[in-house]
Amino acid sequence: MKNKITKQNLITYGIVLAFYIIVEILMLTGVLSSHMKGLLVPMTYYAIIAVALNLCVGILGELSIGHCGFMCIGAFTSAFFSRATENSIPTVPRFIIAFIIGIAFAALFGFLIGIPVLRLKGDYLAIVTLAFGEIIKNVINSFYIGIDSKGVHFSMKDSMALGMEADGDIIVNGAMGITGTPHNANFTIGIVVLLISLFVVQNLVNSRDGRAIMAIRDNYIAAEATGINITGYKMMAFTISAAIAGAAGVLFSHNITTLTASSQYFGYNASIMILVYVVLGGIGNIRGSVIAACILYLLPELLRGLNTYRMLIYSIVLIVMMIVNWSPKVIEWRKRTFGRLNLKRAKEVA
Amino acid sequence: MALLDVNNLSISFGGLRAVDNFNISIEKGELYGLIGPNGAGKTTVFNLLTGVYKPNEGIIRLDGEDITRKSTIEINHAGIARTFQNIRLFKNMSVIDNVKVGLSEHFKYSALEGILHLGRFSKVEKEMDAEAMRLLKVFDLDAERDTLAANLPYGKQRKLEIARAMATGPKLLLLDEPAAGMNPNETKELMDTIALVRREFDMTILLIEHDMKLVSGICEKLTVLNFGRVLCQGETKEVLANPEVITAYLGS
Repeated sequence: MKNKITKQNLITYGIVLAFYIIVEILMLTGVLSSHMKGLLVPMTYYAIIAVALNLCVGILGELSIGHCGFMCIGAFTSAFFSRATENSIPTVPRFIIAFIIGIAFAALFGFLIGIPVLRLKGDYLAIVTLAFGEIIKNVINSFYIGIDSKGVHFSMKDSMALGMEADGDIIVNGAMGITGTPHNANFTIGIVVLLISLFVVQNLVNSRDGRAIMAIRDNYIAAEATGINITGYKMMAFTISAAIAGAAGVLFSHNITTLTASSQYFGYNASIMILVYVVLGGIGNIRGSVIAACILYLLPELLRGLNTYRMLIYSIVLIVMMIVNWSPKVIEWRKRTFGRLNLKRAKEVA
Repeated sequence: MALLDVNNLSISFGGLRAVDNFNISIEKGELYGLIGPNGAGKTTVFNLLTGVYKPNEGIIRLDGEDITRKSTIEINHAGIARTFQNIRLFKNMSVIDNVKVGLSEHFKYSALEGILHLGRFSKVEKEMDAEAMRLLKVFDLDAERDTLAANLPYGKQRKLEIARAMATGPKLLLLDEPAAGMNPNETKELMDTIALVRREFDMTILLIEHDMKLVSGICEKLTVLNFGRVLCQGETKEVLANPEVITAYLGS
């Protein structure tokens, strides 16, 4: 049992590493176009946030459709830090601190938002997370923060109200966001962060705390009667989930020139898109959500050449994935076929 | 002193006094039955004992400790474990994991050790596995350790629920209609299981049951509830022979 779980976890890490090596080889041989290269980092952060959301939806069993809000917090706090200290701290430590800041703030907000939200159940919880996601985005849109020789200026009115000196630097400029964040994120760092978040979530699932969290998902009345601290474990899972989403946000902001809290990236559509990754990859199936995120993120981009047929093919793929992953008949067929393959292999070994 | 001592327990829902002036005293090691017609308030008593409902009046003492109005979690930690009328297992978890959830209060390591799989993690997990397997062997579930709880046959789901309750290390075990929906063979097996739990763990048990064969077969003492009040209390034989009890069940 123990070994089986370890093996399953290692397979997941193996798939990610194999994919990384293949892509690196393709890059070195120059097969990948620059358009493709540009898709690699987004692919990793979408995979990371899919892992985060799967912890919330699949393991904790609470439907959240505001996870992009946590990604938004991670993105803005870390980008602010990087921009403010760009000239005073060298790249490597700065980027590490940026990660810590982004993750810490996302976790903090996950914790704070979790206090009211986790008292709700089901649809109500989903609606309130959606609202919080939108609130985060809109509040950030009205922030103006600048730095000059006198220190930090803050306003929620407009950039003129900051009263900056002529040589001051406006870092967060309302709806125009943060411009000129250093491009520190790359594919390798993205893969490393993805592996770390996989490590955290998979280990958590196979620990005492993970079992308690899943027990709450399966039957909270029985979990309570078994002495499980429901509120505590719900908060723990939600906070960790928000923290990982924050890490995805750090990658996001350090891979884009102009960071704005726009609906395209942080609105509920984006949150639902990530939920689609999680559902089609298999709720509670961490490896599945990584694979689904990669395929479903790349596909519409790769199909750009077909323009009008793009969304048609995308939706067909969604339907096919849904059937392959969820239809009982297909699951049975898959088991039979792969079971036979395993049998054959066992015979060959013998 | 009695292990469980309940005095003047009452609760009303609106105008309905669901449980009225309920008293019970259970000695250590006893197997006590709580019976009564449908709607008599038996499950409400269980819910009061486990803190799901808070009583309007009355005191509940477990082993001398006042547990009235404590939360379900605190009451479980104080030493009361229960099963449910409609089975409530962690369905998408394996049999052994169900038991390990019950063990988690007694085998601890920090969340960080759990996430990193470092420190006490391996040692404590090994101890937990050994303890869980010991429990599963007692209940004859060790062959199904990796089966999902949802895929167990009905009788074994009942057993697993009892095993999970026992894993929390209780002083008192509450069984809510353990024989509900069982055929005579399964009921027979369940009676053996309950006898086994008493023998192996020296457990005090309070059970609700409608199956009179089971009640008269294993319970030493009975309390009969009717319309939220205690109708009759005492040794099983005497209680079952009481004409009032027969009237309450069969009508006059």
